[in-house]
Parts: sequence; structure tokens; C-alpha cells
Amino acid sequence: MVLYSVQRSHRTAYPLWYLILPCAVLAIFFLVPAFAAFYFSLTRWDLVNSEFIGLDNFFRFFSEAGLVNSIGHTVLFTIVSTAVKLVVGFGIALLLHTAIAFRSAIRALVFFPVIASTIGIGITFSVLLDPNTGLVNQALEALGVAAPYWLGDPSLALLTVAAVDGWKGVGLAAVILLAGLVSIPRETIEAARVDGASSLQLIRSVYLPLIQPAALTVLLLSVIGCIRAFDLIWTMTGGGPGFASDVLASVVYKQYQAGFYGLSTAGNVVLFLVVLIASIPIWLVIRRADREREG
Amino acid sequence: MNAKGRRSRLRATHVAVGGAVLAIVVLFFGAPFAFILLTASKGQAEAAEFSFGWPTEFLLLQNLGEVLTTRDGIVVRALINSTVITTLSVALIVLLSAMVAFVLSRRPGPATSAVTLIMYLALLVPPAIVPTIWVLQGTGLFKTLAGVILVQVAYGMPFSVLLFRAFMTTVPRELDEAALIDGATSWRLFWVIVFPLLRPVMVTVIVIQAIVVFNDFATPLYFLPGDANATAQLTLFNFRSQFFTSWNLLFANILVVTVPPLLAFIFFSRQIVAGMSSGAIK
Repeated sequence: MVLYSVQRSHRTAYPLWYLILPCAVLAIFFLVPAFAAFYFSLTRWDLVNSEFIGLDNFFRFFSEAGLVNSIGHTVLFTIVSTAVKLVVGFGIALLLHTAIAFRSAIRALVFFPVIASTIGIGITFSVLLDPNTGLVNQALEALGVAAPYWLGDPSLALLTVAAVDGWKGVGLAAVILLAGLVSIPRETIEAARVDGASSLQLIRSVYLPLIQPAALTVLLLSVIGCIRAFDLIWTMTGGGPGFASDVLASVVYKQYQAGFYGLSTAGNVVLFLVVLIASIPIWLVIRRADREREG
Repeated sequence: MNAKGRRSRLRATHVAVGGAVLAIVVLFFGAPFAFILLTASKGQAEAAEFSFGWPTEFLLLQNLGEVLTTRDGIVVRALINSTVITTLSVALIVLLSAMVAFVLSRRPGPATSAVTLIMYLALLVPPAIVPTIWVLQGTGLFKTLAGVILVQVAYGMPFSVLLFRAFMTTVPRELDEAALIDGATSWRLFWVIVFPLLRPVMVTVIVIQAIVVFNDFATPLYFLPGDANATAQLTLFNFRSQFFTSWNLLFANILVVTVPPLLAFIFFSRQIVAGMSSGAIK
């Protein structure tokens, strides 16, 4: 009887038809294309007519070095950019957590790139990192350091863009990690201090374990963003030199531009598989963290 | 040494350390923006030197004017398009996500569990680009502002639903029951009682999504090609080749495109930072 009335009140107070319009938008513009991708990746396709060709697109994808290397590039880009955000972000969060002078000015400056136009940032850094006229190389040479050809050197281009991506996102990481630090109970920190913990011990044994939820948020947001990253790479290198900084998202765009719609969509399916594989370890880490917090 | 002297020396160290850190932060995070502003203020020849020097002649306003009037004011049109897309997308994202989160958080069951799962998946899975163009063509929405807006809503909803859903748990259910006993309909309960209480998380969602949608480059690149419907980020990209001899104008254009989000940041600084970090510590 009680159960019945609860169910009835659910039916009237929280009607399922509220979900219809939002789910329709999601279904039409996200789910339908996502499922259609599996079919169209197996076809030769001009957006009107599609001819089923089996796994030919995937064979082609995995037989061309320029295409298949983009998988490794996507992973490397994600790791470098995420590492920059986590490590530098934690350092900045620690600084902002102490009673340092000019705290709000520092926080605002670090956060500003998060909001700025990615294309604008990309253009600006292409100019600043130019080997001949760029200020970065001029400054390094003035200091007596041999400056590399950041975006022109095939072994450096991808790492350089990943570093700029990390630079752009580190403010958000710092703010999220700072929120994690602020939420640590004052008593915990004081107890560690009373026990004679040094600052380094405090960071290692109190801060690092207790900001895990915040660090996981940073990790998750960064990985999701980096795996599909396109804007900065396309603006700064266009995937070059050669194919040295091509990631999955830029391959999808290049094949689309060339009119290979089936192959482009196959790239999307590969991207999907990479996300699927990448999310397994992340999910395991989150589950382990949850267990540790409970146990 | 007396206590007062020690304290003032401590304060001096404190300011010195803070100042040193600030200097490093200004160098790494502020300098690129100063460079944009300086280059946008220079004449054509001087801008092409890419130096960090102060402009001999301060031409910022003139450069901005030239950018805004070039090619029949395409930049102005692009700013208007971007504003329309951002405003409508964000409004729809807020309204729809709040409704979804309301039902998902209050009504357990297989249907709501399925929708929650789909939202998580949509957050993780990258969108399939060319099939989306195919859908947009099929529905007659390709190359239209409406098409891009609906795509932005689909892309922005999952994350917003999760934020709203987390916040809904802090709205006491007793409130719902009291309203229902007083005879409120479900529609009234949501829009008049619950929705206004979501204000803090709503500000977060609005600010995050406005920045994401306004700065988005890939979505209009794919789904809104052509000059007629150019958006702010797209003009910037297309102008790089056109302005390659007029770096002062290109950087003035970067400034024009960066100013709206910057203004939003200045006005909502506190909420942005609080909002971006909320949820992280739960």
C-alpha cells in the first residue's frame, strides 16, 4: 500500500515525459550518428549513397603509417598534457593554499588561459615559438641556450603542442586541486604538525592521499578533453610536419576534407575504441579509490 | 631585535616571496596576453617584428576598427552569430538539463537508470562527425544556426545533467512533499519551487557552457561552413592566411574574440572559480 502510493506520487510528481524532449535532442544529434558511424565506417560513402565494403576502411587505416600513428600521438598528447596539468597544477594549488601574498592576482592570471580562445592561443604561441622571430627562442639564445625548432622538428612538434595544451588547462586543474586542499579538515593538518611532520611529509602523507578525488576529477576531465583534442593541434601544426603531430581528431578532419567520408568515420570508430580502452584503467583507479575511502 | 621589527621583517619576506611567485606567473601566464595586446596596438611593419616593445605609435583603436569593418563587417556578423548560438544553446542546456536532473534524481527505476547511463556514455564518447552531418542534412539543419545550436545542446547536456543531479541531492525532498500536499502540480513544483533553488549550480552551468560554446571551433567548422554563418573562432582561423602580412590586425582580431569571455570572467570570476571546482571535492 505504502509502496503503491510512493510509486503513484513518482508518477505524478516526477513524470517521465520531462525526459522526452531532452532525450530526443540527445538521440537525434548524438546517439543516431554514434550508431550510424558503425555502419558507415564499413562503406564507401558520399553522404548520399553508401556502398558496403566490409573492413576495407579499417585495413587502409591500419596500413597507412600517417593514419595509424595518430593513435600513439593521441595517447602521448593526452599523457603529456594531463601530466603537466596534474604536476604543475598541484604545485600552483599548494602555493595558493599557503598564505602567499598576491594570491588572488596569481589565481586570476593562471586561470585566464582557461577562458581564452584556443585558436587565439594557438596563433599566439605559433608566433612566440617561431625559430627565427619568436620571443621564446630569442630569450633562450640570449641566455646562451640552443633553442630547438619547436613546431618544425618532427620529434618535438607534438610534445610542444601538448605542453601548450597543458599550459592552457593548468589553471582549471589548480583550482580543482585547490578546492580539494581546502576541503581537508584543519584538524588533520594540525594533528600531523603536532606529530612533527615536515612540510614535505605533510604533502606526501596528508595532502596527496586526501586530494585524490580532486585529482581524479582533473584526470578524467583532461583525458576526455585530450583524446578528442583538435583545435590547438590544427591551429599550431595542422598535424605536421609531415604527419608528426596528427592525432585521431585531425585525421578524422583531414579524411573528411578529402571527401573520404567512410574512412573519416572509421577514424571516429577507432577514436571510440581508444576511449573505451582508456576508460578501463581510469575506471579501475576510481573504483580502487572508492574502496580505499570506504575501507 | 624586538617583536615589532621581527614582524615587519616577516611581512617583507612574505611580500617578497609572493612578489617573486607573481613575477614568474606573470612571465608564464601573463606575457602571451600582453604580447597579444601590444601587437594589436602596433602598425603593420612594427607588428611584423614580433618584439615585446611598446608601440611607437599606439594604434589599437584604429586596428580594431579596421578588423570590424573588413570584408563587409564579417567579424561583427560572426560575433552576432556566436552570441546567438551561445545564448540559445546555453538557455536550452540549462532548461533541459535541470528538467532531466530533477526526474533522474527523484525517481528511481529502470527508465531513469537507463537515461543516467546514456548521459555518462555521451560524456565519454567522442561525437561521430560525418554521420552527424548526414543527420543534419537529413533534417534540413545542415549549415543553419538552429542545427549548430541543437548539436551544442546535445554535446553540453550530459555534463550539465551530472552537475545539476549532484546539486539536486542538496534540495530537501520534504520541500517537494509539502508543495504537493499544498496542491501544487508537478509542473509548478519544478518551475516555481525547485528551479529557482538551483541558482548556484545554474550559474556554474551557464558560465562553463557559455565559455565552451563561444570558444568552440570544431562544431561550427564541421556543421556551419561558409562565410554567411561564420562564427568568431572561425573568422580568426580563416583570417590567419588573409592577414599574414598584417599581424597587427590578426592580433586585434584575437583581442576582439577574447574580450567577451574575458568580460564574463571579470564579472563572474568568483562564481567561475567556485563553479569549476565544485563537484571535485565530493
